[in-house]
Amino acid sequence: MSEPSAISGQRTAPGDGQSGDPSHLSPLTSGLPLSPNQRAWRRFRRNRVAVVSAWFLAAVVLLVLLWPLLSPYSPVAISEAQFQPPDTKHWFGADLHGRDLLSRVFYGARISLLVGVVGAGVSLVIGVLWGAVAGYLGGRWDSVMMRFVDVLYSLPSIVFVIVLLTTLNAFLAKAQGKFISADGAALLRFTGLFAGLGAVSWLTMARIVRGQVLSLRTRGFVEASRVLGASHARILLSHILPNVLGVIIVYVTLTVPSIILYESFLSYLGLGVQPPYASLGSLIADGVGQLNPVRVYWWLILFPATLLALTLLALNFFGDGLRDALDVHAERR
Amino acid sequence: MYFLKRIAFMIPLLLVISGLAFALIKLAPGGPFDKERKPATPEIERALAAKYHLDEEVWQQYLRYLGGVAQGDFGPSLKYRNHTVTDIIAQGLPVSLALGGLAFCFALGVGVPLGFFTAVRKGRWEDYAGSFLAILVVCVPGLVIGPLLVMALAIHWRWFPVALFASPWHAVLPTLTLGLYFSGRVARLMREGMMTTLHAEFIRTARAKGLGETQVLLRHAFRLAVLPVVSYSGPLLADLLTGSFVVENLFQIPGIGVFMVNSSLNRDQTMVVGLVLLYAVLLLVLNLLVDFAYSVLDPRVRYE
Repeated sequence: MSEPSAISGQRTAPGDGQSGDPSHLSPLTSGLPLSPNQRAWRRFRRNRVAVVSAWFLAAVVLLVLLWPLLSPYSPVAISEAQFQPPDTKHWFGADLHGRDLLSRVFYGARISLLVGVVGAGVSLVIGVLWGAVAGYLGGRWDSVMMRFVDVLYSLPSIVFVIVLLTTLNAFLAKAQGKFISADGAALLRFTGLFAGLGAVSWLTMARIVRGQVLSLRTRGFVEASRVLGASHARILLSHILPNVLGVIIVYVTLTVPSIILYESFLSYLGLGVQPPYASLGSLIADGVGQLNPVRVYWWLILFPATLLALTLLALNFFGDGLRDALDVHAERR
Repeated sequence: MYFLKRIAFMIPLLLVISGLAFALIKLAPGGPFDKERKPATPEIERALAAKYHLDEEVWQQYLRYLGGVAQGDFGPSLKYRNHTVTDIIAQGLPVSLALGGLAFCFALGVGVPLGFFTAVRKGRWEDYAGSFLAILVVCVPGLVIGPLLVMALAIHWRWFPVALFASPWHAVLPTLTLGLYFSGRVARLMREGMMTTLHAEFIRTARAKGLGETQVLLRHAFRLAVLPVVSYSGPLLADLLTGSFVVENLFQIPGIGVFMVNSSLNRDQTMVVGLVLLYAVLLLVLNLLVDFAYSVLDPRVRYE
């Protein structure tokens, strides 16, 4: 654990950068201790895969948002070009109804991203709070809170989601035209989808966080800050949670793809995004439905699946980069 | 003592779960006979409802159902009316157990070594290749992998049978389709756990005492690093053992995963509550084992 900064007499923060890395000797930062966030940001920038992933995600989001302005084709416009293979007119080919696949893929990506991010956000907030509080309090409160999670856990999520969505659909079928417009109904259906997916995916997060907190709260540094008179909220937020952050981030990046995949499964059952709307999952499910040994419409699966896989890969690498950057242990390396 | 209490607590928990499942199905609009031909007369409809006691109050139906369960009778299926719920589960469960168990072994057998290896080689090309592989399989849904495997390995090269579940040979493609995704998740959890553990003080102590690297990694680090995977494998196993709709549908495997989805869609209440109870018992027992394993593996964890 040699500290080159100590040798050259500079007051850089301890452990800033790995030894042998010259960046912390640059004139811009010399002599000034960096805040933890600045150090994290610097570590993140150094991770090439994560930076590329971040740019890729930004590009996808931008393209997805701007595509309606750029595209000559509407994602729902039916044409004569049935099962048209990719060519100069339709870059990604066309589907069963002659709809331009490129437009549909970008359109579906928008919905998939929205579903994944909102669902993961719900799971992040509820799951972390619930798990951290239960693990920190321990004893009886831990039992009560975790038995509640057990109850929800033990209900197969698919039963809950199916009941929620079929109830919502039946309600909307009745209400539509009377006091809800078609747009309002579509919006409500999406909200139901978010709520359902979020409500079934915070449980694992809560369990994982609770397990980590349970083993952290008996550690010396927690005892020490308690002895020093720190409040429970302070111990939990500034001493325990930063130590769990790595696991949380990795788990969120795993939750986004799993929610997007869950949505594609629901689409497979006909309960997800309803036609003519589409998600990447429902596009793949449609393509799989056209699979047969005689004629292969490969573009129907390949393009949506590639964009889905690339997006999810980028999300994961991005999360990994964040984790490595924020990792409190990295400082001791 | 703690674990005995947990076991005793399971019965009220199962009551709550069954009540919740029952209420959920009752809340959903429509009934189990919606999709069938309309009976000729309202009398027939009433007789049908009366036969299955659907004309009673909901709480009466629930109590009647519980009474049956107490005697080991899970009632008739409202959709497959010549079969009892017990019959259907008894037929499908062994298949689902076999397939789920295989997929579980595959997920852990591939995921744990992969995660361990990539964490040890962190920052080298082995890490990048292994992590990329792990993330890739997490990102490609079974909906895609399954048909592609069938197209390539079963139809094109004819190495494996296209469907059914009759011999070990038949099990390969379904196991891969089901297990690949989870092996990726396990690998990532294992890598994460390993990297956190490798920074712990006791690892430095072990190294300072002059232990060989193999000893440090396998005997000291592994034990704690595997905790996130242990935590995850309880629900994972419960999930896998109760079948998968996609895989069973794709390979025409007669498991119970298909029933879970179809019964919920059909509001087949006895079937749904029966399957929910089966899943719940599996999950509670497995989670108990997980917590027990936690206290064995990590001496800092204490349950009062």
